[in-house]
Amino acid sequence: MSIEDQVAEAGAPEQPKMDERGLVELDDRVPKQAKIENGRATIEAQDMTTRKINAEIKWLVYEEGVKEITVLNPRARHSLGVAILARCKLRFEGSLGYFGCGLIDGPEVEITGRVGWSVAENMMSGTVVVEGNAGSLAGAAMRGGDLVVKGDLGARTGIDQKGGTIITLGNAASMTGFMMQRGRQIICGDVGPGLGDSMYDGTIYVGGEVAALGIDCVPGEWTDADTELIERKFEIYGLGNPPELKKFVCGKKLYNYDSLEPSERKLVL
Amino acid sequence: MCGIAGIIYRNGSGDEHQVGRDMTAMLQAMKHRGPDSTGYALYRGDEDTFVMHVKLSEPNDRDPDIDQRMARQRAEVEQRIKAAGAKVHDISEQERTMTVHFDFDGDLKAVADAAERVRHTEVLSLGRHLEIIKDLGDAETVSEEYGLGKFTGTHAIGHARMATESDVDIANAHPYWAYPFPDVAVVHNGQLTNFHDWRRRLTRAGHRFQSECDSEIIAVYLAEKMSQGKSLQEAMTDSLTELDGVFTYICVTEDELGVAKDMLGAKPLVLYEDDDVVALASEEIAIRQVLDREIETHDPYEGEVKVWSR
Repeated sequence: MSIEDQVAEAGAPEQPKMDERGLVELDDRVPKQAKIENGRATIEAQDMTTRKINAEIKWLVYEEGVKEITVLNPRARHSLGVAILARCKLRFEGSLGYFGCGLIDGPEVEITGRVGWSVAENMMSGTVVVEGNAGSLAGAAMRGGDLVVKGDLGARTGIDQKGGTIITLGNAASMTGFMMQRGRQIICGDVGPGLGDSMYDGTIYVGGEVAALGIDCVPGEWTDADTELIERKFEIYGLGNPPELKKFVCGKKLYNYDSLEPSERKLVL
Repeated sequence: MCGIAGIIYRNGSGDEHQVGRDMTAMLQAMKHRGPDSTGYALYRGDEDTFVMHVKLSEPNDRDPDIDQRMARQRAEVEQRIKAAGAKVHDISEQERTMTVHFDFDGDLKAVADAAERVRHTEVLSLGRHLEIIKDLGDAETVSEEYGLGKFTGTHAIGHARMATESDVDIANAHPYWAYPFPDVAVVHNGQLTNFHDWRRRLTRAGHRFQSECDSEIIAVYLAEKMSQGKSLQEAMTDSLTELDGVFTYICVTEDELGVAKDMLGAKPLVLYEDDDVVALASEEIAIRQVLDREIETHDPYEGEVKVWSR
């Protein structure tokens, strides 16, 4: 009997295997324990490792064609629901740790608890709706899709954001929209110092007090397109009536670019 | 990167709460944030005697006669603190450290100084309540070696260290006791950039520093401020502008636990509080080890100082 067969026969070990450095050894066998009923699946994640939970979600989405998945007891673990590149509905009943639902392209995610740092980091498309608070760096480097946080946000929300929309009904901390390049942020509450610091482009709407604007972030002119966008987004997510918002954009004072190639610049100089 | 954690039970006596076991579970869950060394500052309930933890050697000590030297150190520490006026009740020995229970009337600095006059010796902690335990390895290793599973008390802080600024050894491991102020300890996640300035200032004020670690000054800085009559809250608020760098640190005294976050909010902290317990850690996953249910948590904001007392 080969070693693989022996391992398969012995069943999954209760504790993850550790190598001599004390690191968890790669165990990418899919548990396949989810209950599937009428195209809906439920994963009981209480005693599963992060790797197993993610492997189970991918197995359900890609191989079983399940379009609605509920994960029970995520217990604030890190890196859950990452890198799912297909349309599906994903519901976490509980809280996620750091890097939750990062690198996704397509899923509609609902999180009933709270999320840690870097939720929906690098999201390409899809939606992530969080009922509780979020940590810092929410929607970092996001390229598309919507991130809705019904509680408060931490610092550096949407740092390096390149697209999509971030909405929060609560407050946001310092350096919100730092180095933002495109996309929109709708902050219904107050924001900390350094709002939109060094932003290149994009729009930030703030409902409450702004502690201090960052470098090169200036108030923008309100247009009908802004009203239309905000009303539409609030309606989609059932967020009630939007508060009165102020608009902030890039002042473009730091734009020191030219369109010359390095070889051309030499000729000009 | 480092992981820090704190827990304070606001009610009940020190005998009811297994803070040693709680802190071990919290730090073990954050092992990935720092596997170099683990440290605890644990506060036992009401006691009549003082307890002092003394380090005798480092794990990387190359002395060929280390056993004889440590035996000499143990005898000499006992003799010197007795000469300083301490009534010693009990001495227990661990592999590289010793623990002394004693009675004393007067300035505790005299006892700490007497012990530290022995070469290669460092007083890790001293107080009626505070016990600092730190060693190399993860939380479970340290907890097992020092029997922390049975430790009952009122509050505790802990640190899982990933060394960035100084060596991997016990002297540079957190938590730091605010020598010579009894029962004050600090854990810190971050880097201080004006640490040399503060170290010079505090050295001129008569303080001594055992390590090269930037975090050591925070404990002494706060204790110095408190000895001038400021409250923990006021001292920590001052630190936000007077200490430069990125930091989240937790400071504990006999009956208070406080946390401060720098003006950039660069280092993480997750907070849970209710009427009975306050738990805080670099990652929520650590808090879940002691409160394994859905809980409402949040991240404190930049420049925030919070203090809880019992």
